[in-house]
Amino acid sequence: MTDDTSPQSIRTEAIESLLIEKALLSANAVDAVITTYTERVGPMNGAKLVARAWTDPDFKARLLVDATAVVEEYQFEGGQVEKLVVKECDPFQHHVVVCTLCSCYPWAVLGLPPSWYKDPAYRSRIVAEPRKVLSEMGLSLSESTHINVWDSSAEIRYLVLPQRPKGTETLSESQLAKLVTRDAMIGVAQVNLP
Amino acid sequence: MSETLFKLEGSAAPPIANGEIIFDAPWQSRVFGMAQALCQSGHYHWDEFRAYLIEDIRHWEQQHSVESLDYPYFDLFLESLTRLLNDKSILAQSDIQARSQAFSDRPHGHDHGQDDSHDHDDRHSH
Repeated sequence: MTDDTSPQSIRTEAIESLLIEKALLSANAVDAVITTYTERVGPMNGAKLVARAWTDPDFKARLLVDATAVVEEYQFEGGQVEKLVVKECDPFQHHVVVCTLCSCYPWAVLGLPPSWYKDPAYRSRIVAEPRKVLSEMGLSLSESTHINVWDSSAEIRYLVLPQRPKGTETLSESQLAKLVTRDAMIGVAQVNLP
Repeated sequence: MSETLFKLEGSAAPPIANGEIIFDAPWQSRVFGMAQALCQSGHYHWDEFRAYLIEDIRHWEQQHSVESLDYPYFDLFLESLTRLLNDKSILAQSDIQARSQAFSDRPHGHDHGQDDSHDHDDRHSH
């Protein structure tokens, strides 16, 4: 819940509660729409980039050098991404993205940001104690893995290229894309086999 | 459950800055989700909603400078949904007003014990 007591917030809540009472709407249906935007539509674009980078070394090289140009070729919906930078994880380096000022986010490749991304606690703590926050979110990294925290801004958006999981050598690019989650591309999770 | 998503383009397009749709507050994603969910379940056609939204946007533009930076897209979106629900006899405007009044009369912080000091107003220029 939120402390938002603006008339718009109250009216939205009023409409939703009335519709639910009249059985015209379920909160789950509203959640499903929001989830579709946040976890499927947008992140699939980023997942395609990641899967192709895993299978096509030349593409990966281009993506790491100039992701903005690569994304322009794809013509994703959601408007222009001014400048997109892709950071590649390996066993020694992990990358995680935050926007400490607000909630800048690469919408065109990741869809709508998850609610925690805007949370003041995430925004401040991921910078101060990234290893601890990642562990709390379910990603335990070895002490020998260096963690880089990238601060998004209106000028630069970051996308994390996660490590390709072992045991996926026989999977096709589209099968690989299905494994890639939004959270892995923000850097708060790794890609795992189902 | 259908996953059809309905597009808003041209003058009815949501605010997008630097490639992202801008939700400044949770209610904005909520009202956005409700409008889509009601359409998915067949309570109206998306074009009907879009026509209301375009009308409200046009009306707003006639009364304001179009260059205004605080273009209140989701305020208008909420207004359009309220009008459409009323006109389609789905929810009477008077019922919405009464329920809103009841909600705003609640004591502050009624439904959670969280720290109330944090600032939810994340408005900023991108």
